[in-house]
Order: sequence, then C-alpha cells, then structure tokens
Amino acid sequence: MARTLTFKIFRYNPYAADSTPFLQEYKVEETQRMNLFAALNYIRDELDPTLMFDFVCRAGICGSCGMLINGRPTLACRTLTGDLPEVIELLPLPYFKMLGDLSVDTGIWFRQMEENVESWIHTQKEFDPAAEEERMNNELANKIYESERCIECGCCIAGCATANVNPDFVGAAGLYRVGRFMMDPRDERNEEQWFELISTDEGVFGCIGMMACGDVCPKDLPLLEIMAFVRRKMSATALTK
Amino acid sequence: MSNIYTSDVLIIGAGLAGERIAVAAAKEGLNVIILSLVPPKRSHSAAAQGGMQAALGNAAKGKGDNATLHWLDTVKGSDWGADQEVARIFADNSPIAMREMAHYGVPWNRVKGGPADYFIKGKKETVEEDPAKEGLITARAFGGTAKWRTCYTADGTGHSVLYTMDNMAIQLGVTVHDRMEALGLIHADGVCKGAVVRSLRNGSLSTYFARATVIATGGYGRIYGHSTNAVINEGTGVSIALETGIIPLGNMEAVQFHPTGIVPTDILVTEGCRGDGGYLLDVDEYRFMPDYEPEKQELASRDVVSRRMKEHMLKGKGVHSPYGDHLWLDLRHLGAKHLHTKLREVYDICKYFIGIDPITELVPVRPTQHYSMGGIRVNKDGHVYNMKGLFSAGEAACWDLHGFNRLGGNSLAETIVAGMVVGKRVTAFAKANPAEVSTTLARQFEEQQKKRIDALYNGSGRESLVEIKRDMAKILSDKVGIFRTGKGLEEAVTEFGKLIRRTDEIKVKSTIPGRNMELTEALKLKGMVKLGFCIAAGAEARKESRGAHTRDDFPARDDAGWLNRTLARWPEGAMQPELSYEPVGTIDMPPGDRGYGGGQMIPMSIPVEDYNATVDELQKKNGKHETAEPINTGLRPGLWKEEVK
Ligand SMILES: Cc1cc2nc3c(=O)[nH]c(=O)nc-3n(C[C@H](O)[C@H](O)[C@H](O)COP(=O)(O)OP(=O)(O)OC[C@H]3O[C@@H](n4cnc5c(N)ncnc54)[C@H](O)[C@@H]3O)c2cc1C
Ligand code: SF4
Ligand code: SF4
Ligand code: FES
Repeated sequence: MARTLTFKIFRYNPYAADSTPFLQEYKVEETQRMNLFAALNYIRDELDPTLMFDFVCRAGICGSCGMLINGRPTLACRTLTGDLPEVIELLPLPYFKMLGDLSVDTGIWFRQMEENVESWIHTQKEFDPAAEEERMNNELANKIYESERCIECGCCIAGCATANVNPDFVGAAGLYRVGRFMMDPRDERNEEQWFELISTDEGVFGCIGMMACGDVCPKDLPLLEIMAFVRRKMSATALTK
Repeated sequence: MSNIYTSDVLIIGAGLAGERIAVAAAKEGLNVIILSLVPPKRSHSAAAQGGMQAALGNAAKGKGDNATLHWLDTVKGSDWGADQEVARIFADNSPIAMREMAHYGVPWNRVKGGPADYFIKGKKETVEEDPAKEGLITARAFGGTAKWRTCYTADGTGHSVLYTMDNMAIQLGVTVHDRMEALGLIHADGVCKGAVVRSLRNGSLSTYFARATVIATGGYGRIYGHSTNAVINEGTGVSIALETGIIPLGNMEAVQFHPTGIVPTDILVTEGCRGDGGYLLDVDEYRFMPDYEPEKQELASRDVVSRRMKEHMLKGKGVHSPYGDHLWLDLRHLGAKHLHTKLREVYDICKYFIGIDPITELVPVRPTQHYSMGGIRVNKDGHVYNMKGLFSAGEAACWDLHGFNRLGGNSLAETIVAGMVVGKRVTAFAKANPAEVSTTLARQFEEQQKKRIDALYNGSGRESLVEIKRDMAKILSDKVGIFRTGKGLEEAVTEFGKLIRRTDEIKVKSTIPGRNMELTEALKLKGMVKLGFCIAAGAEARKESRGAHTRDDFPARDDAGWLNRTLARWPEGAMQPELSYEPVGTIDMPPGDRGYGGGQMIPMSIPVEDYNATVDELQKKNGKHETAEPINTGLRPGLWKEEVK
C-alpha cells in the first residue's frame, strides 16, 4: 500500500555564480494524507537543507506556494500526494523572477499590477467617524467579496500566453481586480476613466482569450466571466467614443 | 559597509497592525518603510476567517449592544487580567474602525431585513431582522459574548480587510521591502534608532534608521510545533525586543488553544462554525458541551471550551487516531448552502486537506495552540516599556486588552484599532523627534549579526536545528499546554535551561549563498527558545489558574496574590529570564464570576481603591513611559453597573 515517491525537483540558485539549472531526485516514503507541504518539509529537514521553496499559511489561503506540479500550475500546500502518480515533478512557476529552486518573486509582480490598475477605492468622500456607514445591499456585498477572493498565487499568470510575451500585461488576476472595483459603487471611477486605464494591450485588449487561466485558478474563481464583463463594458465605451 | 536606509517611520511587519500604522503615518505626510518576511498580502492576518468584534448593534441578535457590553465581555473573557482602560479604548473605537474599513472598501456582510433562519443553541430559530437596519454592517455570534457582535465578510474577513488595508498603503505610496527579516534593533541609551535587517532574497545585511520604529510582527505560535499559526509566525520580532536586555515581555504564559484545529494538519476551522450552530461530539457522537456548560454550550470562551474538550478526552471519550485522540465537529445540520457560502473556506479546508466532506461527514478536531496573549509590553500609547522611540501593536504586543484569554474576533479588531490609536502616537513621536543616522551604530549592530552568522557557519558544534525545534515543541506541548501541573512546569523550566545551551552549539550544513533557508531558521532559533523559556518560567511561577493558564495544583483564580501581569526580561549574558510583576491596570469592574468555566476564586485582600492607588507608580517602576494622556482618561468609570443590573 505505502508508496515510495520519487520527487524530481528543479534546482537553481541565481545567487551562486556556479549554479546551473537541473532536476534533482529525492525518494520519500508516502504517509497517510500527505500533502506537498509535508513532503517538501520532510525533504528539507531530513534530506537536503539547501532546498528553497515558499509556504506561509499552509492552508490554501495566502497564495505563496504556487508551482508547476507535474506541469500544472497550482498550490502545493493543498495538493495531496495521494492524488498524484509515484513520480512527481516540481518546477517553479514560469515567468516570475527566480529567487531559488521553487521560489519565485510573485510579490513584486503583484504590487506592480496593483499600481497599474490602481487597485483601491477611488473616492472624493472623506471618512466621517461620527456617521453611520453607507448602506449596501447584502447581495452586492457578497458579490464584491466573491470578486475579491483572488489570493495572488500567480497560477493564472504562469499559464497565460500573453503574460509570457508582454511583461506589462496585468493578466487574469489584474482584470479580475478591475472587475472587483468596477462593480463597487463606492469606487467613483467612471467608464471614461476606466477606459483610459485599461483599454490597452497591457489591459483588457491584451487578453487573447485562450482561456488557459480559466481552469488553473486554485480558488475556482470565475475568471472568464468577470473578464468578459470587463471587456463588454470597455467595448461599449469604445463604441461611444 | 552595506546599505543604510532612512525613513521617518520604520515598521517591522506588514500584517493588519503594521499596515494600519503605516497608513496613519503616511496620511500625515510621513515617509514610511515597512519590512516584511513575505509580500504584505500574504501576512498571517489574511488567514483569519471568522471576523472582528465591534458593538454596532445592527443585527437582530445584537440589538441593544454597546461599547460597554463589549468591554464587559472582554474583561470577563480576560479573567480580569486585562488592562481595563485599554479594553475601554478598544471597545469604544472598534465600531469606528469597522466603519472606516467599510469606507475604504471592505465588503462587510450586511443586514437583510425580514425573517432569517439561524441555529442557536442546538435549535433552528427564525429571527426577524429589523428592516430599518437594512444594509448596515451585520454580525454573527462568537464565543464569550452577550450579543452577536462579530462583523464578517463571509469566511474571508482577514483576507478582505488585509487586502483593503494593503491597497490603501499602495495608494498612499508606502514603501514596502518584502522578503526582509529584522534580526536586531539598533538602540543606544534606551532609545531605539532602527534595525539590522537581512534580505531573504540574497542574504545581505542592511541597516534601517528611523525617528520611530514599530514592531508589528504578529504571533509566535510555531514554537509549539502544533499550531494554527502560519509557518512564518516564529517570533523574531518579539525576541529582538527581548534581546535588548531591558524590554519586558508581558504575560508570556498566557497562551490560547483554539478548540477546533483539524487533525492532523492543525489548520484552523473558524469559531464561526460553532457561532453558526456547529456541535462538538465525542466518540459516541454525543453532544457533550451542554453537560459542562449549560448556558453557553459550545460558545463559552475558548479557554473553557478547550479545557472541557481535553477533560472529556481524558475521560476516555476521545476518538483514537494515528495522530492522537480527537473529537468531532458536526456541521452537517447547517446544510450544503450554508457550507458553500458562509463557511466555504471551512468546506475547502476539509475537502482539500483531509479529504472530508463536512456536509455529510464529521470533522476531526482538537484544541490547538492558536494565539499568544503575551508579547512586548507597551503602555496605552503602544510605546514599548524602557525603550523610547519603539512602539508595538497587534499580536506581537501586550497592550493588554486580552489578559489571560482573548475573545474570538477581538484580535483582528485589535490590530486595526491599535493601528489607529498607536498610529497617532507613532506619528506624533516621529514628528517631534529628529532623525539620527549613526554609521558607528550601524557598524556596531551589523557586526553583531555578522558574528552570529559566522558562528553558525564555522562553529564546532554538532547540534541540529531540526532536533532542537522538535524538543522545544515537545516540552511546550506536553508540559506547558492546556492543563499544567507544578511538576511538569518545573521540568519544563529545567529542560529549557539545557535547551538554551544547546542553541549555541548549532552548525548549519547548508553553505549556499543567497537566501539559505537553513541559516535563516538557525538565526531565529535561539530567540524562539528564549520565548519558550519565558512562557515556561512565567507559567511555573504563577501559582494560580487564570484564563488560559490552568494548573491542577492551584485550581483557583487568586485575586489576592496574582491579580498582576508577569514581566519577563532577559538581562545581557543571562541564561534564563528574570521575572517581575506589575498591577494589571486600574480596576473599574472588580474581579467576579465570568459566568462560565465554573472555576474557584480567592477574593482580593485589599480594597480596589488601594490597588488602584499604586498602579501608575508600580508600572512606571517597571519601565512604563509617560502617556500622551494621563492614566485613566480612557476609562468610563462605573458605566458597566448600568449593564449588569
Ligand atoms: C488561522 C487563524 C485564524 C484567525 N482568525 C481570527 C478571527 O477570525 N478573528 C480574530 O479576531 N482573530 C483571528 N486570528 C488572530 C489574528 O488573525 C491575528 O492575531 C492577527 O491577524 C495578527 O495580526 P498582526 O498584524 O499582529 O500580525 P500578522 O498578520 O501575523 O503580521 C505579521 C507581519 O510581520 C512580518 N514579520 C514577522 N517577523 C518579522 C521580522 N523579523 N522582520 C520583518 N517582518 C517580520 C510578517 O511578514 C508579517 O507581515 C486568527 C489567527 C489564526 C492563526
Ligand atoms: S484568457 Fe487571457 S488572461 Fe487568460 S490565459 Fe488567455 S490570454 Fe491570458
Ligand atoms: S485569479 Fe486565481 S490563479 Fe490567478 S492569482 Fe488569483 S487566485 Fe491565483
Ligand atoms: S502556503 Fe498559503 S496557499 Fe499554500
């Protein structure tokens, strides 16, 4: 019953002058309900202290542990080894800056994206500590929350053809973020302003609709639906121009 | 010499507390740098699912709520260990903080007028939500509260609030240096000047100088091994304060265990599960909590529920598993719709991490280390004892509204309320004090870290990092856990005495340049062991039971001898912490029965007025700085009497 797993893990240290990329093999005895968080920690604790990877929440919430697992971009912490074959190949997410082995710099990329789409509520109103909060319909609140559930793991970016050739393309995650603020009545940006911001090849018109992002999102977010919503709005605005 | 960075305010930690302070300072035009181990949005605050307490009183079950009731619940929850003035400042400001977050974009769940179905104390109940409140921020039930008071966004509250806060920080142009770890404070003559920082990208060292420095590095539950905390919650921020030799840590022995960590991964499923009507069942699938706690049932405070669970398991009613005994959480009756919407993260966690469908199956849970009430001791302004120019807020700090047990939903709320309150003081301090960059100090403090790194690479020791960590986790879990015994605690203290020596004998095997994760871990280890030692020593010395600190040899809460706060310092060169005590703060509501938990009490031996008369003086003796407003100005004396009538 118990399997011996073979891990083939991408190794490269950009800070070591003599490092060249290669795949290193590790053998691990599988345990009950083992996930890749447990497996990778076992490898580092017991077999090879030089291995580099990222985990924070280890609960599928923080988006730190995206990697290519047998070719598919997804979260390592919530991947059970039991769902994988005996040979498991782990590569870093492509496209992001390499920090070492399985670790890539998604943080810098996402901050840039957020600056580009101005990922915050644009409002002229000042907060009044003495006043009651502005009312909001609960269904709308839930809808906004739904469109805010992206955890910035980068899986959709790693799978995207456009992002791979255009470093400034905001990607599915970026367009999803745009959708989040577009539907929020607290954000006072009008269609014109949105059009200025995202009707470019780095924004909504960069997407070539190959839909690679749609089925890799580990949070199962309706990326294509929201991107279609954003595109429709921008196309309508383009027509009135 | 390496890079020197300067700013008006340096904030170590980009969770909710750190970012809220950054926003406060940036809004006042100050130049802010935040350091973080990870990109800000990945900080552990993002993992909080349940919600934040604020007495808005909009939900039908929250009707009539007010800040005084919130304060009352908080003080009772703390088992009278809290600073009642700080709890008051907190409860009064929390509703404002929630509304402010709504203004900046948090999609709080809102009241929907008309009939709504809830599970309350085991029964389905239809409640009429007030149509006049339609669209205002609603609330759910959490443990230990008189009213439904916990504001939430489905089950991603921490995520939503942290994303909103970080978006504000980006809007304000706050500089973030992520993948950076503060390894030491730069200080001279009791004044903090900044920090020495190591890059987790390439391993280089830099120094940061600021007019005001803030530690907002969150909890350190990872020292227990089994913990709901993120793997980065290892306490370096708190231990660098201890390392100064003069800063005291408050109430380190006050450690919270959450009733529902899932087995075996220790991932938390939120208190919202029980708030929304989930049950705890034993090996016979019998619902045992109402037998122990007829009034609050599954929703007594966390220390009480965890203790009752452990008690029940000790009676042989636990479910055996290869990962140790556990109990069951039953959510099946809440239905598929509820689990797919309001408790979806919970559903996902069960499905992806243990392969269980909570709609049809029981979830294996047991009490798991969850929250650190203790931390860097600060005054009500967040100013760190004995160190000018250094502030602290959030879980890393002991501001002390939680005392010996924090209520669910009070911690996330604390981060933003403290962020607001302390942020103001940090800003004022930075404006009033000049920037000082000293290359001499930079060199001196950087040299200390270089020496440590050298020793870890080139030492002659044979100790293994992984083994010391394991041993420490075992001592803490076995001997300084939910139930504590005099004998166990004495052993724990002795074992920590040995462990601390072993930390000097570590040699890292990995010599790769760059990030070198083994070196990164090794650099933190001694600090972690010191924190563990403070916990064990504080617990051993405290001869009573209060909140989460429960001893079988001293089962009563002793308000005659122990109505105080433990302060632990680590003098330079010492091999163990040095303990002292200060009064908890001015007492407005005298110690009494919490209304749950059923413990014994030894009453105060002096009148409350006499106790209160010495508070300020004794705290100052322990290093408390002068506060912007004098002591007690935040209290609203006697108001609580209206509410308990
Ligand atoms: C699973 C879970 C669920 C929870 N749910 C709730 C809830 O529903 N309601 C509630 O009230 N509370 C909840 N809590 C508690 C609450 O989430 C935390 O107490 C709170 O988020 C802590 O926030 P913080 O800003 O103090 O720290 P954190 O959010 O932990 O942030 C710490 C920051 O410090 C940085 N850092 C740490 N060390 C260093 C260093 N040496 N150098 C540089 N940077 C450093 C980190 O990178 C991070 O950015 C929960 C806790 C857990 C574990
Ligand atoms: S649909 Fe658009 S965003 Fe998604 S992968 Fe294709 S090009 Fe990229
Ligand atoms: S949209 Fe999905 S895949 Fe893309 S970054 Fe967000 S969570 Fe990850
Ligand atoms: S470690 Fe947080 S999502 Fe995997």
